[in-house]
Amino acid sequence: MRVARGELWVGRAFLLVLMTFTILPFISIFMTALHPSGTVPGGLEWPAVPQWGNFVDAFKVADMPTLLASSTFIVLAVVPVSLIISTMAGFAIGLLRIHGARILLFLFVFGLTLPFPGIIIPIYFLERAVGIYNTRFAIVLPLIGLYMPFAVFWMRAHFVNMPTEISEAARVDGASSWDLFWRIHVPLARAPIASLGILMSIWTWNQFLLALVLVENPSQRTMAGALGAFQGHYATDIPLLCAGTILILVPTLVLFILFQRQIITALLQGSVKG
Amino acid sequence: MTSDNHPVAPALSRRTFLPRIVRRETILGWLFVLPALAMYALFVLTPLVLTIKYSFYKWNGVTPAIWVGLKNYLTIFQVPDLIGTIYNAFWLVVWFSFIPVGLGLVVASVIHRVATGRLGAIARTVLFLPQVIPLVAAGIIWGWLLALPGLINQILKAVGLGAITRAWLGDFHWALPAVGVIGIWVLLGFCTVLLLTGMTKVDPSLYESARIDGASWFKEFLAITVPLLRNEIGVCLTVTVIAALAAFDIVYVATAGGPGNATAVPGIQIYVLAFAQRSVGLASALAVMLMILVVVVIIPIQWLSRESAQ
Repeated sequence: MRVARGELWVGRAFLLVLMTFTILPFISIFMTALHPSGTVPGGLEWPAVPQWGNFVDAFKVADMPTLLASSTFIVLAVVPVSLIISTMAGFAIGLLRIHGARILLFLFVFGLTLPFPGIIIPIYFLERAVGIYNTRFAIVLPLIGLYMPFAVFWMRAHFVNMPTEISEAARVDGASSWDLFWRIHVPLARAPIASLGILMSIWTWNQFLLALVLVENPSQRTMAGALGAFQGHYATDIPLLCAGTILILVPTLVLFILFQRQIITALLQGSVKG
Repeated sequence: MTSDNHPVAPALSRRTFLPRIVRRETILGWLFVLPALAMYALFVLTPLVLTIKYSFYKWNGVTPAIWVGLKNYLTIFQVPDLIGTIYNAFWLVVWFSFIPVGLGLVVASVIHRVATGRLGAIARTVLFLPQVIPLVAAGIIWGWLLALPGLINQILKAVGLGAITRAWLGDFHWALPAVGVIGIWVLLGFCTVLLLTGMTKVDPSLYESARIDGASWFKEFLAITVPLLRNEIGVCLTVTVIAALAAFDIVYVATAGGPGNATAVPGIQIYVLAFAQRSVGLASALAVMLMILVVVVIIPIQWLSRESAQ
C-alpha cells in the first residue's frame, strides 16, 4: 500500500481527535461523579478528595438491585417469547412459503417504518382499559408486538436463503412440518437467532418511551426508564446524578466490551436487513 | 443461487397428491405465523388504526369524544408551535443524519486507508461505544457537558473563546444544534462502522490500482468509495433519518423541548399534548403526520439506493 507519510499522520491525528470527542464525555462524568455531593465542579477537574462513596450513595438512592431485577425480568419476558414466535413466523413465510406469504411479509415490513411515538397513545388507553397499565407487562406485551416487524423480517431473511434440498431430504424421510422446523431448521438458524436475541436485549434494556408513558413506578421499569426518573429527582445534584448514570451504564458497557464483535455485527446486519 | 425457485420437476411428478399437502402446509404455516401476527396486530396495527381514529376527534381521554373531522390537522398547520415541531424535525435530520453519514464516510475511508491495523480496530470500538448506551444516558451526559460550568465551555475558555460560552441547551438559537451534536456523538460510530464494512467488500485491487496511479485520498474517495457504497449510504441515511424524525429520548432528557419550543420535535409534542395537556385528538393528528412524514422521506432514499445498487 502506497500512502504518503504526511497523509498517514494527518489521518491518524484525525482519528485520535474523533476518539477523544467520543471518550471525553465519559471521562467528564466520571470525574464529576467523584466530587462532593451537591457541589457544581468544572467539566474536567480531578477532585481534591475523590468521593468514591458517591457510587455507594447512588447505588442505594437509585435502589440498583431492584432496578437490575426489574430490567432483567422485562428482558427475560420479552426476548425468549419474541424469538420463538418470530422464528416460527419467519420459517413459515420464508421457507414453507405459505399462501399469502407475500402479503404477510409486506404487512410486517410496513411496520418497520412506524415510529414508537406514533402509536403510543392508543397503547396507553388500551392498557388502562384491560388493567395492565403500571405493571411490567405494560412494557413487555407491546414490546413483543413492536419487535415483530423487525424480528420476522430478520428470521425470514435467514430461512428464505436455506437450500430447499435440506427440507426435501427431510420430507422424503417422512419428517412432519414440525419436525422440519424444530429438529432441522432451528438448530441451523442458531446464529441469526443469537444475533436477534442480543439486539432485542439491548433495545429492551434501553427502552425509554414505553417505560415513561406506561409505568409510573421506576422500580417496575427498564433501566433507561429508571434512569429518566433518577434524573428527574436528582437533576440538581450533579455529582450524584453522574454517579448514578455511570452505575446504570456499567452493565451495558461491560457486556459490550465482552461481546463487542457479536454486538457490532448484529447491529450492522440488523440495519442492512431492515 | 437458485434456492429461491421451487424445483419444477419433482413438483410435477407429485402432482396427484400435491393439493392436499399444499393445503395442509398452508394451514400449518398460518398456525406458525399466528402468534407473531396476533401480537403485531394487537399492539401495532390496532393502535395504528386507533391513532388515525382519535385524530378525527376532540377528546380529553375521559369524557366522551366529539367528532371534529379534519379540524385537528388544520390546527397543527395553523399553530406555529405545532407545525414548528415538523420544521425542527427536519433540522434535526441535518444533525442526526447528514453530518454523521458524511463524516462517517470520511472517517471510514481514513481508517480504510491509513489505519488498517490495530489503531483502526480500536477506533471502531471506541466510536461505536455511544451506540450501545441508552439514549437517556447520552442525554444526561451531554446535558452536563453543555451546561454553563460544563466541559464544552471549559474547553472554549481554554482556547480563548470565553466570549461565546453559554448554557447551550438553554439558548434559543443554540439549543437545537446542541441537541444535534448529541445525535452526532451517538450515530457517528454506527455510520462509520457500517460504511467501513461496505468498504472492505469493495475489490481491493480497485484501491491498489488507484494508489499505484498516485490517487490522492480525496480522488479515491470521490471516484471509488462514494459510488460503490451507495447501498450502505442508503441504509445509514434510512436509519439516521428515522432516528431524527422520531427523536424522543435524547430531546426529552436534555431539553424537554425547551427553551420555549426551540427543540420541540413531534415525539415530544405528542407526549406533552396527549399526556400532560390531555388533547388526545390533536396529539393523534400530529402522530399520524409524523408517521406519514417518515414514510414519505424513507421511500425515495430506499428507491435511490436500491436503484443504483444494480
